[in-house]
Amino acid sequence: MPRAIGRGPRYVKSSRSVLDVPILETALAIRPETLLHPRPEGLYCPPGDFYIDPLRPVARALITHAHSDHARAGHGHVLATRETLDIMRIRLGDGFCGSEQAMPFGGSLTHGGVRVGFHPAGHVLGSAQIELEWQGCRIVVSGDYKRRTDPTAEPFALRRCDVFVTEATFGLPVFRHPDARDEAGRLLASLARFPERTHLIGAYSLGKAQRMIRLLRECGHDAPILLHGALEKVTQYYETRGIALGPLEPVAGRKAQDLAGRIVLCPPSALADRWSRRFPDPVTAVASGWMRIRARARQRGAEIPMVISDHADWRELQQTILETGASEIWVTHGQEDALVHWCQQRGLAARPLRLVGYGDEEAA
Amino acid sequence: MNRFAALIEALAFEPRRLAKLTLMEDYFRAAPDPDRGYCLAALCGALELPSAKPAMLRQLISERTDPVLFALSYDYVGDLSETIALLWPAPAGGPVRDAAIGAVVETLQKATRREVAGLVADWLDTLDERGRWALLKLMTGGFRIGVSASLAKLALARFGRVEAAAIEEIWHGLAPPYAGLFAWLEGRGPRPDPGQALTFRSPMLAHPVEDEDFDRLDPRDFSAEWKWDGIRVQAAGRLRGNDAEIRLFSRSGDDITAAFPDLAGALRFEGVIDGELVVLDGDAVAPFSAVQQRLNRKAVSARLMAEFPAHLIAYDCLFAGEEDLRSLALAGRRERLEALVATHGGRLRASPPLEFDSWADLARQRAQSAEHPAIEGVMLKRLASPYLAGRPKGHWYKWKRDPGLVDCVLMYAQRGHGKRSSYYSDFTFGVWDGDRLVPVGKAYFGFSDAELIELDRFVRQNTTNRFGPVREIMHDARTGLVLEIAYEGLQRSTRHKSGIAMRFPRIHRIRWDKPPAEADRLTTLQAALARAPASPDAPDA
Repeated sequence: MPRAIGRGPRYVKSSRSVLDVPILETALAIRPETLLHPRPEGLYCPPGDFYIDPLRPVARALITHAHSDHARAGHGHVLATRETLDIMRIRLGDGFCGSEQAMPFGGSLTHGGVRVGFHPAGHVLGSAQIELEWQGCRIVVSGDYKRRTDPTAEPFALRRCDVFVTEATFGLPVFRHPDARDEAGRLLASLARFPERTHLIGAYSLGKAQRMIRLLRECGHDAPILLHGALEKVTQYYETRGIALGPLEPVAGRKAQDLAGRIVLCPPSALADRWSRRFPDPVTAVASGWMRIRARARQRGAEIPMVISDHADWRELQQTILETGASEIWVTHGQEDALVHWCQQRGLAARPLRLVGYGDEEAA
Repeated sequence: MNRFAALIEALAFEPRRLAKLTLMEDYFRAAPDPDRGYCLAALCGALELPSAKPAMLRQLISERTDPVLFALSYDYVGDLSETIALLWPAPAGGPVRDAAIGAVVETLQKATRREVAGLVADWLDTLDERGRWALLKLMTGGFRIGVSASLAKLALARFGRVEAAAIEEIWHGLAPPYAGLFAWLEGRGPRPDPGQALTFRSPMLAHPVEDEDFDRLDPRDFSAEWKWDGIRVQAAGRLRGNDAEIRLFSRSGDDITAAFPDLAGALRFEGVIDGELVVLDGDAVAPFSAVQQRLNRKAVSARLMAEFPAHLIAYDCLFAGEEDLRSLALAGRRERLEALVATHGGRLRASPPLEFDSWADLARQRAQSAEHPAIEGVMLKRLASPYLAGRPKGHWYKWKRDPGLVDCVLMYAQRGHGKRSSYYSDFTFGVWDGDRLVPVGKAYFGFSDAELIELDRFVRQNTTNRFGPVREIMHDARTGLVLEIAYEGLQRSTRHKSGIAMRFPRIHRIRWDKPPAEADRLTTLQAALARAPASPDAPDA
């Protein structure tokens, strides 16, 4: 029996739900747009007078995670997790913002009458979902997120809400991420077959690279792994946060014969760069959710395309949307058309926010 | 299917030519007959599975997925087989069985049209994802794995330790699954007899001429002729009593006789001729768009043949009767060609040599031909050269006309297919007509991979409207992107609103710096079109 709970949301069991998750039916006192709506600068919260992951410098910014398309320099005051703030400083330099304030996971504060909470998103170290609550309306902005096990990021914490603001990087049914360990296993199998060739892995410098190292360790590879200079600082930071990554060494300064049979990690862009010419006859691998599409893998020149992603795949996007119980879904960026269509087929109010500027980094 | 799937996937991700050859050689060694024969046929584009049509595959997937999600996925992935392989809802926990490529092909060849859909669905349910992809690729053809027929045949030659040419000479007498061919290559059987089959000979190709070449080359050593804008064709012929048997091969060795029965039926000679297939409009050579009307047709209607009659402009003779002329100098072959053509007439004529006494003189003639829609430029051929297969240096040169250039504004974009799939890489552009833009063409190449990423980002960030897969891009006098488009020629067109169609348009430069208001106007293109002379006459029969 549906049961109304005051002015707040009421829970009903939906017969349409395949995953058998109750869908939250809202009887909201306010229109959620009065709490949060898109502006050219990014998602804006009028009662709190702040933005979430703004694309242009603003006075007050809440940042979900430190990837450059979400975390930009030049804001006045920044509220984020300790890890996100630290990584922003490493990547953007001191003075990346006027003043900063760290929020612990599970913690909350109230600003302008809006209660603000940070909860793990599972995307990269320190990545958060930001929860806003005001006048009985709860909105969760996921940032980028994933549901898979990843020892290098705090695990995703499900939050029930009225409006769920989701990404849709892999929002097409063709995207199904396989088990990441099997993908790493294919690389190690190639290393066993070609023990004299350098195995070069293109992986995004924040998150993917550290997860990749950890995966290789879990699969039993304990030899030193060599790092491109662009990965060193962030990787060292992960280790200071207690994430053990085993022996790591810089590539720089090594002779060609010293690179044979090694695993080398670099940003994907370095694969096509002059930097990669130092390796004689390397095997090129790329770790990214896009590797699921053969043409993308070939565009990248990947001989070993590893489908390893820090984003939710199609089923996990669906699962998460249903589990939040939200009755309204806003889609920030990625393949928003398909996800919006799917939500609408299920009777969920859904719309694309058409925010411009996310998803342009190599973070997938 | 597993072994075959593993091969084509490995080929797809292996960029090195030598490693591709090794992969194929290893496969030919490991796979049994008839699997390897059908695989070879598939790699060479010689496998015919008439009952397996993309429409049937679309029907199968539409019964199993939401049509909107399928359409969006296909638009993104850009490849029908791969989209279906990734989307196919295989029964959870269902049996995973392998089906060998030989068994699949022979079952499909025997199946009636009605049975095929059920067979394919059953295979898709039991194969793994890679197997599904391989099966669908096999059925739809066009692997896009960077393997040409000639590369596959080269791998076969290495496998059998014979010259590639030895395989080419007998290839057209063979049919899948090539059991006799493999037996010969393994030393278990005799060389297959090409018998009376008319076969394809590797053609001689030209290098583009560079400005500095003219200092080194003596005009007296060369003959010159127009570079006609048709399709390169090798015609092989033989007489049997009163009947002539003729086969027409494309540059890559595909047998295209069936597409041009009017030309094949009009030819009557013994030997092998190299030339350009063109369409004549009266006595004038029609632009390439006329030839295009004849390509990729399921049926060749009498009306089509009457409207776009195919002719052959011959420029070389490889064989006269049984006599191999390829070791003769061009001048000698040319005499034999003219003798052959002189007794022939009809739809066969010889490409007329251009008279010139200096490179400057030839440059003038080439410039005067500008904007003639059926002439692409000039060919230079060394008089002393034998006919050499491949692209030997220093013998033949192509001297193409400089392209026309026009500044256009990007109007619409669509995702590409193949290598460019999932990026916005098909661009429709326009020029100003008064104060509005009219589309004048589409281009999908000419930019680098780095530029593609920038263009893709520009499209996504400046979309003002969506029509299915097509995005409308911001284009007004102040905001928008100017593309410098290079083209080979202009034609009048009733299909385009602008009344103009471009030949071979491509993006020459991206003008990030130029405001759209300064792009070219339609009147500029109309003036260029008006300067083009009427089509010149075809060479005398």
